[in-house]
Amino acid sequence: MRVLVCLKQILDPDVPARDFEIDPAAKAAKRGGANLVTNIFCENAIETALQFREAAADAKITALCYGESTAEDCLRKAMAMTVDEACLVQRDGNTNPDAAAVGRVLAAAIQRLEQDGGPFDAVLVGRESGDWGTGQTGGALAEELGRPVLGFVESLAPGNGSVTLRRQTDVGIEVAEAEPPFVVTITNNEDNVPRIPKTRDVMMSYRKPLQKLSLADLGLDSDEIRSGSSNFEVEEIFVPTDEVECELAEGDTLDERVDQLARKIHEVVASIG
Amino acid sequence: MANVAVCVLGSFGYDRAAQGVAGAGRALAESVGGELHVLVVGPAEDGAVAALSAAADRVLIGGNEELRDVQPEQALQAAEQLHAAGGGDYVAVLLSNDTYSQEIAPRLAYRLGGSSMADAAAIRMDGDHLLAQRTAYGGKAISIYRLKKQPSVVWLRARGFEPAPEQASAGEVTSIDLALDAPRIRITGREVAEQEGVRLEDAQIIVSGGRGLGGPEPFQELRRLANTIGAEQGASRAACDAGWVPPNWQVGQTGKKVAPELYIAIAISGASQHLLGMGDSKVVAAINTDADAPIFKHCSFGIVEDYKQVVPLLTEKLQAMAG
Repeated sequence: MRVLVCLKQILDPDVPARDFEIDPAAKAAKRGGANLVTNIFCENAIETALQFREAAADAKITALCYGESTAEDCLRKAMAMTVDEACLVQRDGNTNPDAAAVGRVLAAAIQRLEQDGGPFDAVLVGRESGDWGTGQTGGALAEELGRPVLGFVESLAPGNGSVTLRRQTDVGIEVAEAEPPFVVTITNNEDNVPRIPKTRDVMMSYRKPLQKLSLADLGLDSDEIRSGSSNFEVEEIFVPTDEVECELAEGDTLDERVDQLARKIHEVVASIG
Repeated sequence: MANVAVCVLGSFGYDRAAQGVAGAGRALAESVGGELHVLVVGPAEDGAVAALSAAADRVLIGGNEELRDVQPEQALQAAEQLHAAGGGDYVAVLLSNDTYSQEIAPRLAYRLGGSSMADAAAIRMDGDHLLAQRTAYGGKAISIYRLKKQPSVVWLRARGFEPAPEQASAGEVTSIDLALDAPRIRITGREVAEQEGVRLEDAQIIVSGGRGLGGPEPFQELRRLANTIGAEQGASRAACDAGWVPPNWQVGQTGKKVAPELYIAIAISGASQHLLGMGDSKVVAAINTDADAPIFKHCSFGIVEDYKQVVPLLTEKLQAMAG
């Protein structure tokens, strides 16, 4: 079995709101003092793939990223988590390409890697990113590849010629059977928390192969891909200022304060009827 | 002529989400001087069909029996075929925010040669383009996207939109026979989470607990409060990730997007990803020990106090008030 995990490098989403600023010219967040990190759902996807490999024994995992040269860090970290090999497609042009452009680039890279190493049975992507978070890449990629996709998957298990998927929906867990090749988007649960790489594996990660490809290598050296905005672009972005005045319960004693709160809650509840 | 389509799942009926999507569709259709068509994926009950036709100019139903229990691959195929059956000249196809609709949207856009966007809280046309407003950076920013290709296929924060008004005359209802392939990924089992009371998304009142509760036991105390005022229970991501309550209680960016009349946040600091899930609440009340917690910038009223002191007393007082 061959498994491919797509990664995205993003600004650390845990930057506190007070340190968050928009660059109006770039129509994106300012980097400021924020670190660049691997998107958390992508790390959940790595962990899910590693657990699948542990159950399937002979599986091999490749990590793929479309990003700046800084994204090499994400791929090294993935290999330190014991992913077998990695590929970086160097981003050129728009730093915030739309999902359609990303889907095309990832699909072309996957097809290139498959020419060399055989087909990927499963392609894993994070359900959404912690920056723009539109959650469209998995669907766009699956359509580019002409493969089926299931969203919000939390685990993969080897079955009899197929792979058993568990996924989260609005109404509970769904179990599905997927015939390779297929695409899944990965969500988090308590079992796919990304592992911390061991020191030895961090050292070893530098000996693992990291292939670099350019858009030209993939035959995608076009203005359309470089602009990354044929489907959508950011028209406007701002930090909301819709903070409301909160009326805090006042009074000398706890009982008085809670009484005030109770009356306000009762008023709203009674108005609902 | 340019029309607007909304695409709903028949098995979900004309719920609050479908009403909101139809409402958003009607407003958009009026702005372009076109009709509102409803594409119904899978069989729907008569009452739901009647309500949809009262809201729309045309209703196209793909009622194939195999769509009753949704298979995502077939639902996508159905949406594509219903789109064609409706004439295909749509400026936009709007969907709801259930799991299936979320995964259909980008794929349907691809197949129709259009643009897709997720989780829109407001939409409008600007010339030939649709502008969709949503949150970005985990709720820290609001972004407005310009969708450049038609149709714009957008799933909406459905319950945040006003329901569609009833039309003077009901729209024509047509049944479409769909040709569906066997799905390559097949849902074989569903473990439906125990649903006590109504779905969180449809709840009028929600009592949510967060990290500050420190463990699963305090949720029992919150349950007494919830029962007193007829509320459903929710939780923050921290509480769900810790395993204190089931994952389907989670309100937030990657959990449920709720829109109750009253949302009571207890021991929840108000991280932007949580605010994103509760942002459509009409009235928010907060109980937190930290006066500087962000939640106090996003609530109508609150109390700076330890929940342990407040909740039992509050429950007692509300019981007395309810008589």
